[in-house]
Amino acid sequence: MRSVRYAQPTASDESSERRAVVFHARGLRKVYRMGEVDVAALRGIDLDLYAGELVVLLGPSGSGKSTLLNILGGLDAPSAGEVIFRDHRLTGASDDELTRFRREHIGFVFQFYNLIPSLTALENVELVTELVPHPMGALDALALVGLSERGNHFPSQLSGGEQQRVAIARAIAKRPDCLLCDEPTGALDATTGKLVLEALVHANAELGTTTAIITHNAAIARIADRVITLHSGGIASVACNAAKAAPAEIEW
Amino acid sequence: MVILDRKLLRDLVAWRGTLGAIVVIVACGVATFVAMQSVYDSLSLTQTRYYETYRFGRVFASLTRAPESVAARIAAIPGVRAVQTRVVADVVVDLPGRTDGITARLISIPETGRPALDDLYLREGRMLRPGASDEVLVSEAFARANGLRVGDRLAAVINRRYRRLRIVGIALSPEYVYEIRGAADVWPDNRHFGVIWAARKPLAAAFDLTGAFNDVVVGTAPADADAVIAAMDRILAPYGSTGAYGARDQASHRFLSDEIAQLRVQAVFIPAVFLGIAAFLLDIAVSRLVSTQREQIAILKALGIDTFTLLRHYTKLVILVVAVGVAAGVLLGAWLGLRLTVIYTRFFHFPLLAYRLHPAIVAEAAAIACTAALAGTAIAMVRAARLAPAEAMRPPSPPLYRATLLERLGAAASLPLAARMIARNLERRSWTALGTVLAIAFGVAMLVVGRYGSDAIAFMIDLQFRTIQREDVTLTFSRPVRASARYELAALPGVRAVEPFRALAVRLRAGHRSRRVALLGLPDPSPLLRITDRNLVAHRVPPRGLLLSAQLARLLGITAGEAVTLEVLEGRRIVRTVPVAAVIDDVLGLNAYMNDDALHRLLDEDRTINGAYLAVDPRALDAFDRRAKGLPLIAGIAYRESMLQQFERTIAESMGISIAFLIGFAAAIACGVIYNAGRIVLSERARELATLRILGYSQREIATLVFGELAVLAAAAVPLGWGIGYALCLALAPFYETDVYRLPVVVTPASYAFAAAVAAACALLSSVPLASEMRKLDLQAVLKAVE
Ligand SMILES: Nc1ncnc2c1ncn2[C@@H]1O[C@H](COP(=O)(O)OP(=O)(O)O)[C@@H](O)[C@H]1O
Ligand SMILES: [Mg+2]
Repeated sequence: MRSVRYAQPTASDESSERRAVVFHARGLRKVYRMGEVDVAALRGIDLDLYAGELVVLLGPSGSGKSTLLNILGGLDAPSAGEVIFRDHRLTGASDDELTRFRREHIGFVFQFYNLIPSLTALENVELVTELVPHPMGALDALALVGLSERGNHFPSQLSGGEQQRVAIARAIAKRPDCLLCDEPTGALDATTGKLVLEALVHANAELGTTTAIITHNAAIARIADRVITLHSGGIASVACNAAKAAPAEIEW
Repeated sequence: MVILDRKLLRDLVAWRGTLGAIVVIVACGVATFVAMQSVYDSLSLTQTRYYETYRFGRVFASLTRAPESVAARIAAIPGVRAVQTRVVADVVVDLPGRTDGITARLISIPETGRPALDDLYLREGRMLRPGASDEVLVSEAFARANGLRVGDRLAAVINRRYRRLRIVGIALSPEYVYEIRGAADVWPDNRHFGVIWAARKPLAAAFDLTGAFNDVVVGTAPADADAVIAAMDRILAPYGSTGAYGARDQASHRFLSDEIAQLRVQAVFIPAVFLGIAAFLLDIAVSRLVSTQREQIAILKALGIDTFTLLRHYTKLVILVVAVGVAAGVLLGAWLGLRLTVIYTRFFHFPLLAYRLHPAIVAEAAAIACTAALAGTAIAMVRAARLAPAEAMRPPSPPLYRATLLERLGAAASLPLAARMIARNLERRSWTALGTVLAIAFGVAMLVVGRYGSDAIAFMIDLQFRTIQREDVTLTFSRPVRASARYELAALPGVRAVEPFRALAVRLRAGHRSRRVALLGLPDPSPLLRITDRNLVAHRVPPRGLLLSAQLARLLGITAGEAVTLEVLEGRRIVRTVPVAAVIDDVLGLNAYMNDDALHRLLDEDRTINGAYLAVDPRALDAFDRRAKGLPLIAGIAYRESMLQQFERTIAESMGISIAFLIGFAAAIACGVIYNAGRIVLSERARELATLRILGYSQREIATLVFGELAVLAAAAVPLGWGIGYALCLALAPFYETDVYRLPVVVTPASYAFAAAVAAACALLSSVPLASEMRKLDLQAVLKAVE
């Protein structure tokens, strides 16, 4: 079974079966120990992500979206279950192995951009192109998000949306296998948010990068190939969009 | 405000690293203050009590011979409270198997009863038994240095006669707390010089002084001393007095008082530097705390907590940290004070050096530490209190960065990203960075200062005993002998060269200023005594007139080319006006030199000498020593090499420990400062560093960023620290200046290298906890909201 507990299998599920699996997660549980009480953030998640698809993870605040993404990205380890990235087993990997994994395969985009304030936009991108053997040019990455003119500006000289687009450029510049975005538009207004989604969709289409976007904004789900909804640490549903909407079309 | 107090406790826990570093530095400052102040207090208290209880004399005079009846005339001088006449003579001592030149000062004590002045404290054994003419007491330091015990025997050449003496007691005297021969000596050499007390009657008989005396000690109120000195000079002049002098010119008292005075300066100066740095670090830490707590402060204010309560809240935090530091510092300081006191007893011999830590010192330390800390944190606290609620609720605007100056000049386009980040961070927070550099630099400076004392003394010893004194042996006679005696000296076994000298007590006067000094008549050239100044320039004794130490000239208020009145304090007591031909900027002693021919003409007497520098074949030293001990009128034999070794050993031992403390404290400061700077980098950029980790940067790569920044700061601090250290030495040197020695400002390259090496070691050491904190960076916290 590709898909999961609470979800009904769908047609798209069947069709994607022929595509390569990038992430393969089974029985993921995560329990945070908060003094006396245990908080179960994930209660048994089975999930596959396929090459080239754009997935939106939907769910209310506290449903475990970030926890799931962090585990996939190698930032956190599950309390139980396993995660396999292609042929790498992430569960049980050492800190160094996880670092190498992130460096080689994953691009991150965060809600709060997390640019290095002491580096210019271009340098923030170069930060990752220095790390990998076959990156795209830092300027090309900026061009992809429409910011080739702003390369020499420091983060403090850019608007929020621009900063987030730099973060996207930084994430895609190393040609990652997978782009993980946690609420990339969370801190932005509608117009700017759309520009950022535009950049993500554009990168997904151009480079074929598997992309997972976390949001609590259901409207955004229309841009995805697949929409996975989480609830209380479990997958509530998996839905396929027959026709993806362009970011410009969505009602915020 | 119970809840606020709870917040306080949690802040303390959260900031334990930084605050711990501050505690260490406060503790170091308080410890130096407490230790030095308490040693100062203990030493001066011990001195006062010892002097009182054992009736330390206030005026002293040596003469050739005066009938005992003269004592009554002295006692009749207004202001004189007590008179003790004595027979005193320097003699050569023979200890079995020793040929390294031992001299002792024989001092008479009454057969019965105690000396009226300069009474003895009996450490061991008993006092002399009346009539037992071979019984003596020896000084504790001399006994200890030579392994002598009660019951041991020693021999002395007393007036050409070899006498066997029996030690019946080990004693101490307030007159020889610092046991040196006289004003010409600087460091004690208890192995080669000591005091021996013998009964008056046999001693007088041995020196043909029965019914007479050749030395007198007078007790008087300090205020009367000058008048008494003048009166005594009038009375004693006919009896060959070399001039009465007060406690100020008494060797032991002068050294002890100088030492106490220096301690007083150090006790203020060194803790001031430590506490200053502690205040500075507290300031940084509290400003950091305030800026990370902007929102909390805003909420507290919005909840209606008033500015005063907030101020009190942060004040409490500071006081708490300081209190812990003070408590630790007082304990450490008391322990250290005790250790230093023990070191002092190696130089200064008291019956009991009682260590006490006066509560006032503790209170003062606490007050100074709190004041320094509160002053240091005042700005940060006021800023915290002033913060408007609404303003604080807004997140701080993203830090503004720009290309560094270097880059704007186009010079650094090829810098790696890490270097660019470091450079921009440093430039953006240049004031904080400068502060950190300054604080580390002060740590380095204290290391330089710590080494300065021993560097300077090593320089002086080297100058004195290797550059100036080139002789192997110095012989002194108890009174002047014919100049032709030099040929007899030349005939002694192994003697290769003889350089006779004539030393005599004189008083130099210029206007109302006067100084009693030893005038040394030397041949020209004088290859065995090369008069050399602090710049290592050799000077020759001018054919006419005097060559004076610059310090002596200053004290007399004269310069080269002017004239002084020279009163000879022996023989026919000639008074002449003599030109000062030249002055020499030397480091040891108040010296007055004159060409021996000129001196001979001045004295208008047969050529005489009362000592000689000899170059002796080292293989013949034993044979030489046996013969020299039997020379007529011999009063002292001193071997340069064994004296030098003894000085170097004593100084290495004593300086070693106190320097170790200073270095330990300076190192603690450097560690604290570097660790704190690292903590600031870490806490300010935790988010940035975690982001880098998420992007795939390894532990080591982000460590490069943090430690790179620290390394730049430390590297900049080292040369600055050298400069500050040298400046501090320059500032300190005058306080170490006494009549006897002028501490030259010498810091050896080895000391600079040492300071840099310790700073580097401190940087490495403080990076250990930082590295572990860095490993614990919470990567996911970064993905959440801005803190
Ligand atoms: N570090 C943590 N410690 C304790 N509980 C946590 C931690 N991180 C997340 N949680 C809890 O786990 C649950 C899921 O959180 P999260 O994955 O951040 O949700 P989402 O991103 O969907 O809002 C929440 O109940 C949250 O309180
Ligand atoms: Mg989340």
